[in-house]
Amino acid sequence: MAMDAHEIEKLIRARFPDAEVTIQDLAGDGNHYAAHVTAKEFKGKSRVQQHKMVYDALEGRMGGVLHALALTTSPKD
Amino acid sequence: MNAQQNVHDWIGKTVAGNDVVLFMKGRKGMPQCGFSMQVDQILTLLGVDYKDINVLEDAAVRDGIKEFSNWPTIPQLYIKGEFVGGCDIVREMYEAGELQQMLSEKGVKHDTAVA
Repeated sequence: MAMDAHEIEKLIRARFPDAEVTIQDLAGDGNHYAAHVTAKEFKGKSRVQQHKMVYDALEGRMGGVLHALALTTSPKD
Repeated sequence: MNAQQNVHDWIGKTVAGNDVVLFMKGRKGMPQCGFSMQVDQILTLLGVDYKDINVLEDAAVRDGIKEFSNWPTIPQLYIKGEFVGGCDIVREMYEAGELQQMLSEKGVKHDTAVA
């Protein structure tokens, strides 16, 4: 049960087409990643809302197939 | 009333009835997961007394809390009934001083001397 970085990035980009996405594999086990997403869609949204938008983009994998994603987000100016 | 509704109601009462609630894996000072540990440490560092709910002791609460907040992971921090976030957001807020500010604004006792 794991995901690869490319799959995560693809799902995020499908939802945020012109976002900047950086993904770091923290443990090499396909289960522990860090990601930073910068997208204009985050403008005016709280951190919780921004993170929920990314989790929605991952279509329910967060907390399941994808055990740990240390996520940080920022709105694009 | 079904079990799911009971859990939802119980969570609602717990969150409303305590200033600070942390749904975590493990107990206060004895976390059993790296993410729960980080939030436990931040709250302890800030001298915040909080109600710890060990979701590992009750699968219904473990699933129910995710529906309650529409947030897929544990830990989950609540301050004065409001969902604040999981490990990432609590850490980011702490580093930015926003968590301390929120505690002060909501009148929650904590060590203000902590940078």
